[in-house]
Amino acid sequence: MLKIDSIKRGIVIDHIKANCGYRIFKELGLHKSDHRVALIRNVPSKKLGKKDLIKIENKIDLDLNILGIMDPGLTVNIVEGEEIKEKIKLSLPQKVNGIFECKNPRCVTTIENIENVEFILVDKEKKEYKCEYCDTKTSL
Amino acid sequence: MLKGRHLIEPRNFSLEELDELFSLAEKIIENQEDYLEVCKGKLLASLFYEPSTRTRFSFEAAMARLGGRVIGFSEANSSSVAKGESIGDTIRTVGCYADIAVMRHPKEGAPFLASKWSNIPLINAGDGGHQHPTQTLTDLLTIKILKKDLSNHTIGLCGDLKFGRTVHSLVKAMKRYSNIKFIFISPEELQIPDYIKDELEENQYYETISLDEAIDKLDILYMTRVQRERFFNEEDYLRLKDSYILNNDKLINAKKDLIIMHPLPRVNEIAVEVDEDSRAVYFQQAKFGMFVRMALIMKLLGVDKNA
Repeated sequence: MLKIDSIKRGIVIDHIKANCGYRIFKELGLHKSDHRVALIRNVPSKKLGKKDLIKIENKIDLDLNILGIMDPGLTVNIVEGEEIKEKIKLSLPQKVNGIFECKNPRCVTTIENIENVEFILVDKEKKEYKCEYCDTKTSL
Repeated sequence: MLKGRHLIEPRNFSLEELDELFSLAEKIIENQEDYLEVCKGKLLASLFYEPSTRTRFSFEAAMARLGGRVIGFSEANSSSVAKGESIGDTIRTVGCYADIAVMRHPKEGAPFLASKWSNIPLINAGDGGHQHPTQTLTDLLTIKILKKDLSNHTIGLCGDLKFGRTVHSLVKAMKRYSNIKFIFISPEELQIPDYIKDELEENQYYETISLDEAIDKLDILYMTRVQRERFFNEEDYLRLKDSYILNNDKLINAKKDLIIMHPLPRVNEIAVEVDEDSRAVYFQQAKFGMFVRMALIMKLLGVDKNA
């Protein structure tokens, strides 16, 4: 039986679809992090059958929007004193800023220095967002 | 209330606001003399970052006929953009001098970006292949005046339906009216994109490659050009190009009250012989374009109190 220590203070990202954990791990930059982190794959789950799990010892700033886009079914647990203090249920954000870059070479964002371009959710199923300037669709 | 607003895409205005605009345009057409000085003392900034003869002339003529004056540039090289100025800085500076601005830009979304910084009304006069709302207003006014109503029509759109932004905007604008049917007539290579069709009811349109097959069903025929450079090979272009050229023969089975529209410039997609047909309205359409721009300038400036 694989044993991973529980954390005293930190973050547990739960209910990650099986085999999706590594992508989230990388997207959050945890593969380069100095914190004690664990990616656990294929954990038995009542809800999902199998799931992945990420544990981060220490509190770090997480971009919940990126997490929401990658997997809106995730739960982020904030742990303090070895207890879950807060459970954050994620969802697909309606609008996101500064996450995507527009792929349309004819878009004004390619020539102007615009910070935090807004993308608006257009297709929940495909997790597609459109650029606020040129309407070009994009996804992660 | 349209005073002080921007027009970046056709759907910025509600159907009621469009009605208001078209009513004013019709009043201007009926009594042009009454409007010769309504914009006296007002200044329009014409910011054309890429060349455009037709749209620029139409706006400049519109402002001149209202008694206002125009400043501006007609290509980016002759403006401060050549020195690296941002769009936001340009529009804020222009706002210090002018009362209203018109912008044509090759980059998509540039007028929307400018509108975020602009403290004067801004009109999008075309941004790349994206939006061209005043062409749509022109098309709607033409239909409203010549067909007496914007509802209850079968509209054939013919030619390059894949890349034609005027076609996309017109479909999106017309579908807001009741009992509108579309027939999309194009070679398979240039069919209307799925995201436009997705917005329509399934029984609201059909697609065909044959203009001859569709012509007798149409109340409105909107022609666009099939461009050689859109085809993957020369053979396909040569095979298809003549099928989408409108001539008198193709009009034999058309309705007597059909109207034939085209955003212009025309190259060869409508034979010159068709110009003599009373159903050909594309030059009238260009004139309506100037009148609708006059109405738009007046509405955005809020100078239509006596209209």
